[in-house]
Amino acid sequence: MSKANSTRTRQPEEEHDPGSAHGAAGEQLSTAPREERPDTGAGVPAMSVIGWVRWFWRQLTSMRVALILLFLLSLGAIPGSLIPQTSVDDMKVQAFKERHTTLTPVYEALQLFDVYSSVWFSAIYILLFVSLIGCIVPRTGQFVGQLRSRPPGAPKRLTRLPAYTTWRTEAEPEEVRAAALAMLRKRRFRGHEVGDAVAAEKGYLREAGNLVFHIALIVMLIAFASGQLFKSEGGKLVVEGDGFSNTLTQYDDFKSGSLYDSDSLSPFSFVLDDFVGTYEKSGPQRGTPRTFEARVTYTEGAEGAERKGVIKVNEPLVVDGTKVYLIAHGYAPVVTVRDGRGKVVSKSAVPLLPIDNNITSSGAIKVMDGYKDKKGVKTQLGFKAFFVPTFAGHGKGQMFSQFPALDFPVLALSAYQGSLGVDSGLAQNVYQLDTSKMKEFKDKDGELLKKMLMPGEKLDLPDGAGSITFDGVEEWASFQISQQPGNGWALGGAIAAIAGLAASLFIQRRRVWVRAVRGADGVTVVEMAGLGRSESAKLPEELGDLSAALVATAPVAPAASDATTDATNEAGSRPVHPAEAPAEGAEK
Amino acid sequence: MNLAAATNESLAEASNVLIYSSMAVYTLAFFAHIAEWVFGSRSKVGRTAAALSASSAKASAATPAVKAQAGGTAVLERPEVITRSAAGTRDVPDGPGAAGGTFKGDLYGRIAVSLTVVAFLVEAGGVITRALSVQRAPWANMYEFSITFSTVAVGSYLVLLALKKNVRWIGLPLVTTVLLDLGIAVTTLYTDSDQLVPALHSYWLWIHVSTAILCGAVFYLGAVGTILYLFRDSYENKLASGGTPGKFASSVLERLPSAASLDKFAYRINAAVFPLWTFTIIAGAIWAGDAWGRYWGWDPKEVWSFITWVAYAAYLHARATAGWKGRKAAYLALVAFACWLFNYYGVNIFVSGLHSYAGV
Ligand code: HEM
Repeated sequence: MSKANSTRTRQPEEEHDPGSAHGAAGEQLSTAPREERPDTGAGVPAMSVIGWVRWFWRQLTSMRVALILLFLLSLGAIPGSLIPQTSVDDMKVQAFKERHTTLTPVYEALQLFDVYSSVWFSAIYILLFVSLIGCIVPRTGQFVGQLRSRPPGAPKRLTRLPAYTTWRTEAEPEEVRAAALAMLRKRRFRGHEVGDAVAAEKGYLREAGNLVFHIALIVMLIAFASGQLFKSEGGKLVVEGDGFSNTLTQYDDFKSGSLYDSDSLSPFSFVLDDFVGTYEKSGPQRGTPRTFEARVTYTEGAEGAERKGVIKVNEPLVVDGTKVYLIAHGYAPVVTVRDGRGKVVSKSAVPLLPIDNNITSSGAIKVMDGYKDKKGVKTQLGFKAFFVPTFAGHGKGQMFSQFPALDFPVLALSAYQGSLGVDSGLAQNVYQLDTSKMKEFKDKDGELLKKMLMPGEKLDLPDGAGSITFDGVEEWASFQISQQPGNGWALGGAIAAIAGLAASLFIQRRRVWVRAVRGADGVTVVEMAGLGRSESAKLPEELGDLSAALVATAPVAPAASDATTDATNEAGSRPVHPAEAPAEGAEK
Repeated sequence: MNLAAATNESLAEASNVLIYSSMAVYTLAFFAHIAEWVFGSRSKVGRTAAALSASSAKASAATPAVKAQAGGTAVLERPEVITRSAAGTRDVPDGPGAAGGTFKGDLYGRIAVSLTVVAFLVEAGGVITRALSVQRAPWANMYEFSITFSTVAVGSYLVLLALKKNVRWIGLPLVTTVLLDLGIAVTTLYTDSDQLVPALHSYWLWIHVSTAILCGAVFYLGAVGTILYLFRDSYENKLASGGTPGKFASSVLERLPSAASLDKFAYRINAAVFPLWTFTIIAGAIWAGDAWGRYWGWDPKEVWSFITWVAYAAYLHARATAGWKGRKAAYLALVAFACWLFNYYGVNIFVSGLHSYAGV
């Protein structure tokens, strides 16, 4: 026999019920709940309430129901990705509702605009997590029990196990067993001697990993849920030089979870010193932002020390558990409006909204009060503003920006007067001009008065009505300020989940038995066999290594005559000497 | 235009040429695989049937299914390890492979694999030059995603081959789908090298997207295994129940590994990638936390990653549940992969969300 160690396949001697393939030897090799077949008595609930509850609980915590719930969960998540969701984009939901008047009531009844907080979706995952807890608790108990107890003794017929080897040796059986135990322990098997054999087991980390994974899922869910309930999130647009302090009234928009308490806004403030955006000038990446950052001075607490910070797109500023994200940026032309007598009515940087990648921007300039027309009557002024940071040049196509940086800034204005409609009590979009109650200023040809301005240029309103000057450009940045407790737990849970999963999927839990008995001819017969949770090519390999290690202390005895090897040992299994193993590896 | 920009553009062009060249070589590999299947003999046909009838008659006709070459460090004689399939499973030998053990078939098979290696190197060159031309990770739009995806799928297959795993049977289906993937990429998905939106400027792009691509590529290999398992399993079922499968079916399926081997292959692949897929989603959540201010917001891409994840979790559970092993679990695995595919193509094309890539 060569030192190479080959492996053969034998035929099963008889049909087994897969569930009870290895009887006691395979017992407790996992903590998976035992499946109750629907056709066995378990399907019929006893008539008493307690009986019924127990039946329901058993069903809920079975693998089959867990499987069905998992399937339902993924099925239930689908509509939310295809139908607009209020929590994601409210505007889209409104648009959808306007377009589909017949579908809308049906969708609303089914909560399809809020799938992930709907009753039915919550029901699925709550059931799943109840099932999960109902599954983990007994499994953990069982696993602790397994850790305390010792691996079961060797089955009678080791030949029936998935990997098997045997040889004869001159060493004494006791000697072989002691050597086997020492050898297995050295390889971090938990082992002990039972009767004429050594029983050993390894790979408990698989079960531990599996439990850690499932527990981590619960931790993540709780962290996520508490985050949703206690979070707050708001947006704020800040022009260079302006500031923000973290109180409710300062937000442009604000959302919060249902258990959120506005007193818990952490007190801090910051000033946007400078927004820096530089862009690739040429090549295929022309226009790609190279630097894109908001430089701020912030103060922690009500009166902390001032500190400098930089906020980038993927790098929020973290102050006292609150994160300040850079969401968008744009330009705010600085304009001065004068009345007919040359008095400055307003001077401000007006943020405009970008409408394309090159930051072509549009918006409205509104003069709400302080302006009086020629006759001294109080009225309001409105300008539709269109701004390009890099103008293509007169007569070169449309008024769209050619590049995102301020290379050739041009502001196009058209002018209106009348009522801005801000007093009507309705919330108004600051970036849009409602001209329904306004009159156009007319140019010489009787058309709407409009003009393109370069910095420093001025648009005169007709008939001495005043003027508007384009002084220069500031940049603005918009921030999202969010506070969400539980993030640390969610991250910790996630890391534990991956580690547990890896342990659970990559570690094999397996048992090895070594039986050493004196054969009829007085020579010791050693049998080794291995059993794993699932069939694996590694198991026979490992058994080969283990047997090779044992052969060092219990060397193979010279071949004996057929008559003696045919002796049956007390366990009833027939030791197969390597030299006489049938060529095709079949038994018999 | 400065010099750097000019090199960038010539690199982008070089990348396109390399991608087209790799398609040409993959086409040759495709034909070589076809030749392997056509010229591979069917002399071993009937082994499965023989094994099945033999095992039912409790005779011993099986050939060794596993050849474990363990250690080799022991100087002493090693006892022989005998293995036995788990009770209740069919004991069927693996098929001989497409070449069917013939010299001519095997020659074509080797040519096909060599051509695949060449095509892989050329394609990888195409991906790398694309990355150099845009000076960023080459996966910011669907075109780049597609070329990287097929490169990684072929790379994973070649790694398995290099590890001496019995995977040559994947060759033909893989090369066919790679050609399909590249065909769609260069025709409908093609985008010129383009700028990156600021949200993609992050090292998470390297981590999250690269693992997403790797997971998809390897899940794909698992799905091929699962589909072939379903065919081979019906074939074995038919033989076991005394039926006679069609000539084409027996010629092709007989040469594949046994249903049990294919099933095990698919399971190992899926189980090995599942933790990485979990990691991908979590990395994405961390990135979303930094880029968008919330780590989970039920964006369509997030939803479908979650669905895919739950579907694979269901598959892993099914494998541990009596009555769900085998074919039912295999269908779940295919559903899970379909979810992955939809997440990639469907969500980008039909659903709009934050994950909108430049040019599709
Ligand atoms: C929240 C939903 C769940 C998810 C995402 C999930 C995920 C997983 C995954 C990925 C595995 C594979 C790891 C392995 O095979 O070792 C697994 C295994 C397992 N899960 Fe879950 N699980 C969930 C709920 C449950 C529930 C409710 C139960 C109990 C009824 C359960 C019981 C088990 C058991 C016993 C295993 C081990 C199977 C084995 O030993 O092979 N799981 N789970």
